[in-house]
Amino acid sequence: MWLIDSSIGRKFIMSITGAFLVLFLIFHSLMNIVVIISPEGYNAICEFLGANWYAVVGTIVLAAGFVIHIVYALYLTLQNMRARGKQRYDVSENQKSVEWSSQNMFVLGVIVLGFLVLHFYNFWYKMQFAELTGIQTGLFDPANGAAYVSDLFSSWIYCVVYIVWLVALWFHLTHGVWSALHTLGWNNKTWMPRVKMISNIVSTIVILMFMSIPVYYLFS
Amino acid sequence: MDKTINVTLKIWRQAGPKAKGEFITYKMDNVSTDSSFLEMLDVLNEKLVKEHKEPVAFDHDCREGICGMCSLYINGHPHGKDSETTTCQLHMRRFKDGETITVEPWRSAAFPVIKDLMVDRGAYDKIIQAGGYVSISTGGVPDANAIPISKDIADEAMDAATCIGCGACAAACKNGSAMLFVAAKVSQLALLPQGKVEAARRAKAMVAKMDELGFGNCTNTGACEAECPKAVSITHIARLNREFLKAKFKD
Ligand code: HEM
Ligand code: FES
Repeated sequence: MWLIDSSIGRKFIMSITGAFLVLFLIFHSLMNIVVIISPEGYNAICEFLGANWYAVVGTIVLAAGFVIHIVYALYLTLQNMRARGKQRYDVSENQKSVEWSSQNMFVLGVIVLGFLVLHFYNFWYKMQFAELTGIQTGLFDPANGAAYVSDLFSSWIYCVVYIVWLVALWFHLTHGVWSALHTLGWNNKTWMPRVKMISNIVSTIVILMFMSIPVYYLFS
Repeated sequence: MDKTINVTLKIWRQAGPKAKGEFITYKMDNVSTDSSFLEMLDVLNEKLVKEHKEPVAFDHDCREGICGMCSLYINGHPHGKDSETTTCQLHMRRFKDGETITVEPWRSAAFPVIKDLMVDRGAYDKIIQAGGYVSISTGGVPDANAIPISKDIADEAMDAATCIGCGACAAACKNGSAMLFVAAKVSQLALLPQGKVEAARRAKAMVAKMDELGFGNCTNTGACEAECPKAVSITHIARLNREFLKAKFKD
């Protein structure tokens, strides 16, 4: 199967799952900023999603996207280390034009994943999980997302932790978005600066939307 | 007046493919700044021969930047720090008096060391053999107006064709990927009418061979383009991806 056996096939899977996760992040960040504008509105969205069948299906598809992205990330990274060989250079200097994030995608991914586990415990476990199983896992009603958000971010430590997480994700995305387009073949000499610009703009907007929430609670 | 400098060389010495290698330090005094890097190594080898020692093995041929035979990872860069130059075009005036210069062979699993600084780049030849050609004779150079080709396309194909297959791309890549090389070879032919006919088959065959030989997966870092002595652009990699994906989805 060429999606597993060939390098470009594997990269194709990586880029498709990555792009899918980016689309999810755009949706997620748009949904989140509602909590600043109107906590009631935010709770209405939480209520609407909750444990309804479409939200559960969405969660399963999303989880599959994550799992495939991570499994392929491991596979590609291991293969790349093997291709590099055991004997490393004694002196190696980075090229100025090479983005730092492009050489550290796996490390950035692992950081993102680590915080994601925490994020699941902070919200998903107390909201969708509680609603699905009927077990009371948090302090508030499972659909009262706004209460969970303001409770968590009443601690400045959590605000800082989430901001650090988002910075790592920003680095992953600034390379990831253009790299995914490049992998899909959507690039040429004219488009290279544009594609990189699009990548920077998309990642920055998404991350700023996410970040506005801990920042808002930090200063209010 | 000839300006001269003194440098210390730290060179990777390895007796054979299976032998254990190590760095050996050599002092080179009064090196003319007008000499090329390879000439400086020639002087070192003459000295070693006179001392009845084994000379340093390194690859070279044309010494004018067109054959792709020279290699060497010099002070952390393939073909040295200068951009758009091959090792044979690198001159000693680019180094400072008293500088220590570390010289290593290409390090990539698909390029095993043969001896000292010489590596086996046969893998690139095997990739070419898998499809980097046009199967029939297309005759002599046609008249310029016989098959009209736009200047943009002609330039793009020519840029890809400047690849000399030296291996600096895979040597520079943290993933040991040969994508820039394969992309250049696929592009130069896929862009022109003579090569277009077999474009799909070629892309599939060359990528399959590249993977089989153990080169890594490209993560679009761009280190290859930065180190390429011919500055072949990674946008050719986007074209290779396009050609390959198109071919696979058609099957
Ligand atoms: C919200 C989460 C994530 C998003 C939106 C995301 C997005 C992306 C995108 C768009 C790419 C570019 C694909 C390409 O170059 O073709 C990418 C690459 C990559 N991701 Fe993620 N990613 C996420 C999480 C993760 C996690 C959790 C890991 C690993 C543990 C990870 C590891 C990687 C690696 C190693 C690459 C480079 C692969 C390559 O270029 O070959 N990512 N990601
Ligand atoms: S020796 Fe021919 S390119 Fe350097």
